[in-house]
Amino acid sequence: MKFRAKIIDVGCLNHFTRVVNTISKLTKTCVLRLTPDNLYFVLAGKIASGGVSMWCELSQANFFDEYQLEGVAPEANEICLEVTPDNLSRALRTAQNAKCVKIKLTKKHCPCLTFAAELPTLSSISRVVTHDIPVDVIPRRLWHDFKEPSMPDFDVSIYLPPLKTMKNVVDRMKNLSNFLVMEANLNGEMNLKIETDLVSVTTHFKDLGNPPWGDDGSQGRNPSRDPKLMAHTRVDIRKLQQFLMGQQVNPSKAMCNIVHKRIIHLILLHEDVSLQYFIPAVV
Amino acid sequence: MPLTTHPQTVDDNYVLVASLDNVRNLSNILKAITFKDHAIFNATPNGLKVTVEDSKCLQANAFIQAEIFQEFTIKEDSVGFQVNLTVLLDCLTIFGGSTVTGGITALRMCYNGYGYPLILFLEEGGVVTVCKINTQEPEEPIDFEFCSTNVTNKVILQSESLKEAFSELDMTSEVLQITMSPSQPYFRLSTFGNSGNAHYDYPKDSDMMELFQCSKTQTNRYKMSLLKPSTKALALSCKVSVRTDMRGFLSLQYLVMNDDGQICFVEYYCCPDEEVEDG
Repeated sequence: MKFRAKIIDVGCLNHFTRVVNTISKLTKTCVLRLTPDNLYFVLAGKIASGGVSMWCELSQANFFDEYQLEGVAPEANEICLEVTPDNLSRALRTAQNAKCVKIKLTKKHCPCLTFAAELPTLSSISRVVTHDIPVDVIPRRLWHDFKEPSMPDFDVSIYLPPLKTMKNVVDRMKNLSNFLVMEANLNGEMNLKIETDLVSVTTHFKDLGNPPWGDDGSQGRNPSRDPKLMAHTRVDIRKLQQFLMGQQVNPSKAMCNIVHKRIIHLILLHEDVSLQYFIPAVV
Repeated sequence: MPLTTHPQTVDDNYVLVASLDNVRNLSNILKAITFKDHAIFNATPNGLKVTVEDSKCLQANAFIQAEIFQEFTIKEDSVGFQVNLTVLLDCLTIFGGSTVTGGITALRMCYNGYGYPLILFLEEGGVVTVCKINTQEPEEPIDFEFCSTNVTNKVILQSESLKEAFSELDMTSEVLQITMSPSQPYFRLSTFGNSGNAHYDYPKDSDMMELFQCSKTQTNRYKMSLLKPSTKALALSCKVSVRTDMRGFLSLQYLVMNDDGQICFVEYYCCPDEEVEDG
């Protein structure tokens, strides 16, 4: 097992840092899958026990100048590591102005991802700051837990409203209730609702648009579905708030698939990163 | 106002409808009296009065005149109800509480009468939020029987000067002592805390003193915990009047200017902790 990568472009470094910061806000630990073409940050939530799951995909060529991977076996040319994203964030923070950042899988007292940042100084000799971040290598027999999630058979798919507006509203709603209902229809309408003994609050978003998934531009699954009919799912409001808190950059596309009473599937697409987040329904 | 009428709400049934182009003209002033969960609302053709009380010793009132609202329609002489003030504020600020968000939220507040919830329509940037807040039967606010004819001492100060003092007040002191006198020290705030005794003096000819009418030397103490919430009103205000009556009851009246430069008032009444005869 070998892994070596290098970032020399400051724009790529900043972008990579932002992605890692977002992941660190979403979860304490997750799995980092390294393949020849991509990096994946994966959280396989235990859906049965109400956990969220996350799938973040980066195309390595868009970030790294050099990238060498030798996986666990020729027929399984990838490496799976359990990491604490916040540790990666911290290492990247010190590397902010680096001329070059090298990442290597090493073995110190335990397996580590070693970040070496070459920092500019006034003299001709560079200063190198090294972080050894302990990781756990995930054995191959457990890899099936970290496969790309399949697109759920959704009832409605809709573009999300501006994330900032959603975040403001959800932040306030969290003061009023532990649970929130998200509902949407094929008419581009989405509502966020909370209801308790004291108060009920509904925020109405209109003209959001529905992404065309089918070949014919429709959403495929049920072409005769009444466009006004809402699909809804009730979730733990903190999970939605956590997702919204983590977003630092406006995505180029943001959408949401709702499986009625089962799950909310959020998809954010940036130029070279995609993030999927699944929030299960609560009864 | 670009709000569409919600199908469930027929204007005919409302006893009170109040609209604002900028909800902050209501939410900011309510924040100045939010120290307890419940508030008593009383609407008359003159406008809205919101009252919050604490342990029968402190009362805060916020007055928002009918002219502040873009629409203020009331079908009865007096409409009263009680709501959870923190819930109401969360609803009024549903699109975010800070000024830097850039957007302006419009409000339409509707009430059907006894037993009905308070309904709020809030709109910002084409997004509409509808809130229904349960109401209770309003309690009768305490009448502190504070009338201008019984006022012994009165000063009006520019808030700037008091803001500094209040931000530095020794909070380990259980009481705030206020001395008002026609002679030295004229107007003095005192605390007695762990760091010792502290006094803030305001001479009667100070620039900050807009009015000084003190007829009798009076020293009164008020529980610091009761007066602490008034600093929120002080922070919003540009002028404050401090009055005491023969019983030592304190009236603080704050002149608050809203986002559109209109004037609203907030007043605090407080019972004295003990009367101290000035020696």
